[in-house]
Amino acid sequence: MRIALFATCLADTLYPQAVKATVLLLERLGHEVVFPFEQTCCGQMHINTGYQKDALPLVRQYVSTFDPYDVIVAPSGSCVGSIRHQHEMVARSHGEAGLASRAADVGARTYELSELLIDVLKVEDVGAYYPHRVTYHPTCHSLRVARVGDKPLRLLRQVRGIDLVELPGAEQCCGFGGTFSLKNAATSTAMLADKMSNVVSTGADVCTAGDASCLMHIGGGLSRLRTGVRTVHLAEILASTEIS
Amino acid sequence: MTFLGMPAFAPRGVGHLRGDEPFPAAARTALGNSQMRRNLRHATTTIRGKSGRVIAELPDWQDLRSAGSAIKADVMSRLPELLEELETRVTTAGGTVHWAADANEANEIVTRLVRETGSDRVIKVKSMATQEIALNEALEAAGITPVETDLAELIVQLGEDKPSHILVPAIHRNRSEIREIFLRAMPGVDPSLTDDPPVLAAAARRYLRETFLSTRVAVSGANFAIAETGTLAVVESEGNGRMCLTLPDTLITVMGIEKILPTWRDLEVFLQLLPRASTGERMNPYTTMWTGVTPGDGPQNFHLVLLDNGRSAVLADEVGRQALHCIRCSACLNVCPVYERTGGHAYGSVYPGPIGAILSPQLTGIEDNASLPYASTLCGACFDACPVKIDIPSILVHLRNQAPHPRAERAVMATASRVMQNPRLYARAQRAAKLARIVGRRGRGLPPPFSGWTAGRDLPEFPDQTFRDWWAAR
Repeated sequence: MRIALFATCLADTLYPQAVKATVLLLERLGHEVVFPFEQTCCGQMHINTGYQKDALPLVRQYVSTFDPYDVIVAPSGSCVGSIRHQHEMVARSHGEAGLASRAADVGARTYELSELLIDVLKVEDVGAYYPHRVTYHPTCHSLRVARVGDKPLRLLRQVRGIDLVELPGAEQCCGFGGTFSLKNAATSTAMLADKMSNVVSTGADVCTAGDASCLMHIGGGLSRLRTGVRTVHLAEILASTEIS
Repeated sequence: MTFLGMPAFAPRGVGHLRGDEPFPAAARTALGNSQMRRNLRHATTTIRGKSGRVIAELPDWQDLRSAGSAIKADVMSRLPELLEELETRVTTAGGTVHWAADANEANEIVTRLVRETGSDRVIKVKSMATQEIALNEALEAAGITPVETDLAELIVQLGEDKPSHILVPAIHRNRSEIREIFLRAMPGVDPSLTDDPPVLAAAARRYLRETFLSTRVAVSGANFAIAETGTLAVVESEGNGRMCLTLPDTLITVMGIEKILPTWRDLEVFLQLLPRASTGERMNPYTTMWTGVTPGDGPQNFHLVLLDNGRSAVLADEVGRQALHCIRCSACLNVCPVYERTGGHAYGSVYPGPIGAILSPQLTGIEDNASLPYASTLCGACFDACPVKIDIPSILVHLRNQAPHPRAERAVMATASRVMQNPRLYARAQRAAKLARIVGRRGRGLPPPFSGWTAGRDLPEFPDQTFRDWWAAR
């Protein structure tokens, strides 16, 4: 299958390893990945901070970049959630009915990585090998906006060598919330403290998730406290093999 | 047709819808209260578990939620005619209906009605509407003593405190604090009082029983009002509400105009939704319903005060009006990770938590509560928990779009948008972003607002190559 990749601005800039892993994984499974260079950002930060007018051109940019493709994947539940649930609304509230219906259409063809693998490519065992103790944090937007359910866990359970341990209070937010972490830094940190103590309590070496943004937050805290726990994107675990 | 202008917001200078400081500052203070955080963590975890278990028993919970949502949407679409129907039915049944445009009018009406009875004391059923308008303060100013009879509201009142939760207003207090409050402020309390919960409850019971039997006027709120019959309903757990609603000669009910339901049958949906979502009970212990006045039985004078206080302004916003669907169950508070840590006082309004973050700014106008729509990570737990499916995260995003924005932030966002519209500029900015780390001395010492991040978290290492550079070189 020919799959268009939306890297997301955050992972493109700061976590290229997660996007490379997405490419390598999909190619290993026999698919063709294309990366349209016109892509930038989905506009979620603008929308969620109250700048829909500034987000409108980014919605247009996303829609025009990805409209030609049948299947689009992004290694982020949050960006996919925004694309599917906010793009149409932003276009419509600015009176752009045509853009709104195209946005809805492109959004319906945009998948989070675990959705693409399980729902579209019909694969649960991707042939990965990852001999580490890992705990999985289901990010809020993957869970409650993109609604990926337990798909990431189903993929992780098939990974050879993995010691997958359950994260207590897994479904509670890590406190990131985009600009929330700056505007309400104290509350955000209090939430992060609880998330970190739950992560550390599992004895895992690695905390994984499907969103680079939440991992940046959790990882930033784990690193500051020198806990020794690393954050690794789901795509990187699924891309790992015995040879790599 | 005359254009009458936009409906008014809740007026300033009266009521409890505005805080003294913005949410981030109030939250920072609250986060340092370790006793409160322990109490909240314990209480919200307990209620979440209990509620989750009884909701799981119902195979049609999602259908009930949809029905509740649909009934409320219908009510909002024809609120004026339903209110007039209610007025007619209540009047026919022997009650008197008063219309209060705002908190000041409602307080004046209630104060006048109490004065006309000659009583200098009223007993009160737990009510958010009367907290919203600060009725107690208005009555006290007129020389009338209001006595809260809900146990938690009594704790708050005796402690000269503010409620911090819609359903459990004293959720921030534990039993040893309650003992101290009772010893300090409860008339006639036994000085050997212990902090054993049954002992505390018995002390409140003794005090309240005496008050119930000697007070001739009660003030209540209402959970529901049925337009087709003129029936009012109050649901509660303690039975103290039932005492207030049946024993006095005069009953004055203050109700937000959005509490209306079209038909008696609609109650069936809400009497299933409300207790399971709020207290985690299959059915609330006490359901009291009354229609006007019944000669020889219960209060012989009944007054219904219909309160707007900004609700018409909320109704005028077609996205935000969903906030009026709220049945005050508190499920969104109990699942909110922000509320669990900051508690209710940080929100400044009597309506805390996620529902408060969308309701208070709409009632007061966004300028007076501009920080509240940002008091959320948009994690979505509230939307999933809401028994009438209020899409709180979407309304938060909607309100953020209306909120006044800091000038510097506006400039940053506009620049970011211009850069992101242009793939070439974007790629250049990606490379420049590396500088932030050098400026920030490996992640510390960045200027505000980024210092909020680096105070508790490291910045990520900047990679040697962005993904797009890797792809291009591949």
